[in-house]
Amino acid sequence: MLDAKIPSGPLDNKWTDYKGHCKLVNPANKRKLEVIVVGTGLAGASAAASLGELGYKVKAFCFQDSPRRAHSIAAQGGINAAKNYQNDGDSVFRLFYDTIKGGDYRAREANVHRLAEVSGNIIDQCVAQGVPFAREYGGLLSNRSFGGTQVQRTFYAAGQTGQQLLIGAYQALERQVALGNVTMYTRHEMLEVVKIDGKARGIIARDLVKGNLERHFGHAVLLCTGGYGNVFYLSTNAMGSNVTAAWKAHKQGATFANPCFTQIHPTCIPVSGDHQSKLTLMSESLRNDGRIWVPKVKGDNRKAVDIPEEERDYYLERRYPAFGNLVPRDVASRAAKERCDAGHGVGTSKQAVYLDYADAIVRYGKIEAGKEGRSNVPMEEIIAMGKQVVKEKYGNLFDMYEKITGENPYEVPMRIYPAVHYTMGGLWVDYELQTTVPGLYALGEANFSDHGANRLGASALMQGLADGYFVIPYTLGNSLADEIYSKAVETSHPAFETAEKAVSDRINLLMNIKGKQTVESFHKRLGKIIWDKCGMARTKEGLEQAIKEVQALKKEFWSDVRIPGSINEMNPELDKANRVADFIELGELMCVDALNRNESCGGHFREEYQTPEGEALRDDANYMYVAAWEYKAEHEWNLHKEPLIYDVVKPSQRSYK
Amino acid sequence: MEHNNLNLTVKVWRQKNSQAKGQFESYPVKNISTEMSFLEMIDVLNEELIVEGKEPIAFDHDCREGICGMCSMYINGKPHGPWQANTTCQLHMRAFNDGDTVVVEPWRATAFPVIKDLMVDRSAFDRIVQAGGYVSVNTGNAVDGNSLPINKDKADASFAAAMCIGCGACVAACKNSSAMLFLSAKVSHLALLPQGEPERHSRVLNMVAQMDKEGFGACTNTGACEATCPKEISISNIARLNQEYLVASLVAEK
Repeated sequence: MLDAKIPSGPLDNKWTDYKGHCKLVNPANKRKLEVIVVGTGLAGASAAASLGELGYKVKAFCFQDSPRRAHSIAAQGGINAAKNYQNDGDSVFRLFYDTIKGGDYRAREANVHRLAEVSGNIIDQCVAQGVPFAREYGGLLSNRSFGGTQVQRTFYAAGQTGQQLLIGAYQALERQVALGNVTMYTRHEMLEVVKIDGKARGIIARDLVKGNLERHFGHAVLLCTGGYGNVFYLSTNAMGSNVTAAWKAHKQGATFANPCFTQIHPTCIPVSGDHQSKLTLMSESLRNDGRIWVPKVKGDNRKAVDIPEEERDYYLERRYPAFGNLVPRDVASRAAKERCDAGHGVGTSKQAVYLDYADAIVRYGKIEAGKEGRSNVPMEEIIAMGKQVVKEKYGNLFDMYEKITGENPYEVPMRIYPAVHYTMGGLWVDYELQTTVPGLYALGEANFSDHGANRLGASALMQGLADGYFVIPYTLGNSLADEIYSKAVETSHPAFETAEKAVSDRINLLMNIKGKQTVESFHKRLGKIIWDKCGMARTKEGLEQAIKEVQALKKEFWSDVRIPGSINEMNPELDKANRVADFIELGELMCVDALNRNESCGGHFREEYQTPEGEALRDDANYMYVAAWEYKAEHEWNLHKEPLIYDVVKPSQRSYK
Repeated sequence: MEHNNLNLTVKVWRQKNSQAKGQFESYPVKNISTEMSFLEMIDVLNEELIVEGKEPIAFDHDCREGICGMCSMYINGKPHGPWQANTTCQLHMRAFNDGDTVVVEPWRATAFPVIKDLMVDRSAFDRIVQAGGYVSVNTGNAVDGNSLPINKDKADASFAAAMCIGCGACVAACKNSSAMLFLSAKVSHLALLPQGEPERHSRVLNMVAQMDKEGFGACTNTGACEATCPKEISISNIARLNQEYLVASLVAEK
């Protein structure tokens, strides 16, 4: 059933060969072909803009009030590219290798190599659009380092790289809207995929302002709808981020791959109480200069400044001397959990570790003093100069921390704790980004393909834009070339009729439950089950228990949820209920997948499978495959395995020591 | 962090839809931790309203980390509330005192019609961008990113303008409902970069024309926009916009 359609030939020629031989659609025919793009983050906006430029008739949808709001905007740290501008030994192969290794050998070689190949083009394209990347005094682009790598290949725009890249893609998209090549539907949510003769031919969308359902035809449908991190309730995702589009696709036959591969980001602001609605990430770039530590003594209640140097445990530097504070995210997160579980956590909740800038401030201060050729500079002055440098590099992040916690991170170390951030799993796609439903594609975080079991920092922006700007314009043409004789289907077609009725019936069912409990309360309970039992550490017993709990929660949801208001109006509670209902079903599949994978790899850590030092223990003999789940019926899935074949990289125990 | 609990009265603008006539309604909220964000306080209130069988308050929000620009509440007479350089979602309850009455309204501007309660329609901003807020470069046209060095100060200034999150607080703060700060930020972002040069004149003329068409008011330099902007976009961008507009008009007349 799974044909990844990986081109033959040597790894570094595959993409070139593919581009040289894929089918093309002539300009006159492109005008007759309609493409639906759902989601307008980096993947969706770049795809919609690029396809519009090529001449396809594009309809783009987002649930926000403007495509510029998509959650790609919140990415802080940067975007990787194998430019080797720093002359520090980077290359396409290195980026490819780091990504495969970082993903703990659970990603597809061919896709990752292509990603590394087009990475440089992304930077060029963004610069041409006017994305104001950070620059050096000589006027050239600046780079910084990021977790899991030993070269400086990350391009950035202060702590707002995602924002600047998204605005670039958004502007390209709005230009196509102005030219009439793209029609934009904001405040619309996709609620069903319409299939005709086995092919995706359109969607049913709900106008979130008026509440009515709409039918939209497309020769192909692209889902660029992001990840499903909000299944955990608390995550760094935006409040609206959801799995609904991907889940509808799944129930229409698209297999869902590696749902248990979720990323817990090590540097987030800790939970402060039950009222918490979301978690805020502090960019991984902070680990470049900050040092992470906990008190050596358990339950030490002294203030951080009162704990002397020799009583601090810089546990990442101690455990991983080669990478230190820059180990990949999964490793850093688990290490923080390990210290807190062992009783060394800090803050009122004891579920936090320190991220300390004191040393960096002094170091930078001395450099500044050195630049002025001064010696014997008093420490206070050095610290003041150092703070200025840190402010320039990370000012917006420090400000954000202070607003949320009320503490000044220039004076006291930040408290951080891991939080759900990204989902490597997603809809299974082949090399062309097509799901197992013909005509239905998944781009960006919505697909599973490039990050294996753990994503490296600054690679999500790269993948979203690679898929949208440089991959889909080629691969979509390859199948649309066969569609030039297919006329647009009228939306009065019975398939649209049936799909719309199914959506409408489900909404009516939800509204008529008229139970006692709010949607939010169900979402919180789901999140707690998944976080406790399918979060940073998982066990067979816990997962089995979680499956039962989620199934019970589903029953309770469908018999006791209360949704106020009515259908044909703006009704945010109804929107949320539609999403939470799908999260519950996905939650079960995540646990099923985690239970099936009897190994630890990347973000998936089964306590039963670890090395004596507590590192993840893979089982390549039995689990070197992509687990693609086919929906059969309620609580029932078929597992399809796509073996992962490593022609070039030799999988080894990942070591950052 | 030390915290305590507050009891407050929240006086909120309720409006069923764009046609309906709206009115204020007051709700008591109890035991609000000062560690909560303002939106989490509204979440708590909404949960109570739902349980009581009432309609929750509709409001726009998404990232809740101050960057998407979706949240848009006019709190105690200020867009995004009392803190400087802040969005509503980043406003925390320690900004308030026990017993306070907090008044919450939507953005008020002809060009931003109310959709429901605190939600407004800001699509006018998208249409202004459509009028020219971009560099016309198709995917695949680009040369190497380092082939054109850009003066760091200019790149930094461009970035400072590009930080605009398009929330519309500048419009809401302005007594004329002018969108000049928003527009000038976009024009400055692109005018300061060599990539924006070829379309520099047509961009500013077309975007200003669209802004006028959308029903935004004129700028009378009161500076309320700059004072309220969550990203501290400088009013000097408006001076640059005026300059760009003047030059573009002169060139166009030739």
